[in-house]
Amino acid sequence: MAAIEMKNIVKQYGDGFPAVNDVSLDIADGEFMILVGPSGCGKSTLLRMIVGLEDISSGDMVIGGKRVNDLAPRERNLSMVFQNYALYPHLTVFENIAFPLRLAKTDDAEVRRRVTEAADVLELHEHLERKPANLSGGQRQRVAMGRAIVRQAEAFLFDEPLSNLDAKLRGQMRTEISRLQRRLGITTVYVTHDQTEAMTLGDRVCVLRKGKIQQVASPRELYDQPVNLFVAGFIGSPPMNFLPARPEGNRLTTPFGPVELDQKRAAAVAGRDLLLVGIRPEYFEDASLVDEAKRPLGTVFRARVDVTEWLGDQQYAYIPYEAPAEITSQLRDLSRELDSEELRTQAIVSIDSTSRIREGRDAEFWLDTRKVHVFDPTTGENLTRDAEAGARLTQMAEEDRAEQLQDAQTNQQGRHADAV
Amino acid sequence: MSTKERNLWIAGGILILLYCLFPIAWIVSLSFKAPADIANGSFLPTTFSGVNYETILTGSASGLFLPALRNSFGICLIATAISCLLSMFAAYAIARLDFPGKKLVLSTALAVAIFPVISIVTPLFNVWRQIGLYDTWPGLIIPYLSLTLPISIWTMSAFFREIPWEMEQAAQVDGATTWQAFRKVIVPLAAPGVFTTAIIAFFIAWNDFVYGISLTSTGASRPVPAALGLFSGASQFEDPTGAIAAAAVIVTVPVVVLVLLFQRRIVAGLTNGAVKG
Repeated sequence: MAAIEMKNIVKQYGDGFPAVNDVSLDIADGEFMILVGPSGCGKSTLLRMIVGLEDISSGDMVIGGKRVNDLAPRERNLSMVFQNYALYPHLTVFENIAFPLRLAKTDDAEVRRRVTEAADVLELHEHLERKPANLSGGQRQRVAMGRAIVRQAEAFLFDEPLSNLDAKLRGQMRTEISRLQRRLGITTVYVTHDQTEAMTLGDRVCVLRKGKIQQVASPRELYDQPVNLFVAGFIGSPPMNFLPARPEGNRLTTPFGPVELDQKRAAAVAGRDLLLVGIRPEYFEDASLVDEAKRPLGTVFRARVDVTEWLGDQQYAYIPYEAPAEITSQLRDLSRELDSEELRTQAIVSIDSTSRIREGRDAEFWLDTRKVHVFDPTTGENLTRDAEAGARLTQMAEEDRAEQLQDAQTNQQGRHADAV
Repeated sequence: MSTKERNLWIAGGILILLYCLFPIAWIVSLSFKAPADIANGSFLPTTFSGVNYETILTGSASGLFLPALRNSFGICLIATAISCLLSMFAAYAIARLDFPGKKLVLSTALAVAIFPVISIVTPLFNVWRQIGLYDTWPGLIIPYLSLTLPISIWTMSAFFREIPWEMEQAAQVDGATTWQAFRKVIVPLAAPGVFTTAIIAFFIAWNDFVYGISLTSTGASRPVPAALGLFSGASQFEDPTGAIAAAAVIVTVPVVVLVLLFQRRIVAGLTNGAVKG
């Protein structure tokens, strides 16, 4: 187990294109770090530089206090799960898992003991003598994980390990990976473009865009206090709505009526002309279903509903709005960068599933204005970010993690004591 | 497809089969004809006789044929083994590594493959005589490598290219050196490709005539195709047709057996080389 430190890491390809640009990131011992971003943001390249499959153009990669820039992958003692699992098709499951041990010339009895142990954890016992070709996707995935946990590696690296599984299995394996990591308490770096995985697995999440780090924070901080437009739009599903707004004193004029800002936020946005206000879908509600007590905390507006989607536990409504041309093109660029294609300017609004708001009619909505963020449309910077509140959230997450790790370790010691 | 169309296809197929197999059937039939029966004017022998096989296996021609058979097997197997080993390394480098002159290696291999054999036989004959390789096994193995290596490299690099990179990277992360990754992961995965290449290389060496007849003079190294040309009849007025036919049947048998056993592999290998190479 070891901490991983990256200092000003740069990866430049032959044509001078920087796939990873000046990344500095400290991953604590035992931490679960997620690298996330849209395709082509350099997250996989960064992971491959940690493991040594990709040369580092400049900067320092320090694992466990040792600079590893010039070490071959086998000298770094890391284990990795590949996106396509990369199992050896000519070997049985047993030999696949035992492969790293065989290379290290471990004696047979020890190999058998360790492989059996790994197979226990991953419930692979009845498959040990089969070949990978005869296994299902989920089983193959578990074999790949078995190969990773069978030796005492300094850290685990996952390269989109669940992207080849169907949705249901993905959910199961996700919790499985989380449990395994907590139990082993081993430093883990996990690359994904799936934000559910990013939010649920990570102690901290590192959001990358075009080879540069945007924000490194706990999932809660990313969600509540995003540093810029990109992070705000990337984290959250359905995504945050961005509405054009013009400040007027303590208020912002938006297509959905005026939005009141408190003193602090009003001061932050003062003196600007055109702004973008970011509102998460769940900050909206069907006005008729809002408590009288809560009502004064937000504003109420009328709008025509284009489409509604009822999902059982929740309901989404789509509300089109008009935006100035410069904002529209800005939003279109952003959505393209986030791997989606937004064709029209519309707000996605989450309302209670019992709401009877109908398509094609005007309806009254309530908007909780306490948590809205205001962005500068040209730089994308979040003008109303509360850094302290964000740091508090991440601090809390760190304390939780430390506690969980300790629990896991005492549990394990207890189990060892039982065994003895 | 309508019934009529299908029947047409079947008829066409049979026609082509007959056209291709007729010479072989003819050789087989000839090999069973006694010398006096050769000109009997009919396709089948009047009586089936094993006299030709006796001649080449135990009789007068056996001194010529049996050593030639041994030479052919030995020389072709050694040439195949060497060319497989060399082309495996070459193909791995071509498929995996980026080095200057990669294109040059491949196009040189192609150039060697299309270079007319007949034009270098005479110089080679002189050189071999000077340095003492004339009429020896190595004297044939070396030119056979020039025939088998190019196609081996092309076929094998196509196979290597299909092995996912991740396999090797996974092995390296698991603690393997480049050599260990090659030996424990890449070679077992490439085994079908190596096998296909070996079969193709063996055929090419086995079928050679020009080098065989030009670079040998005795039973010490003369391969079968060359030996066939040197058969003589029982008297100078008789053609050794029957004996040649019998020998041809015997040397064709290993090839046919190999093809039948591994036809899927061979087709895969040939098309691989053709499309992906």
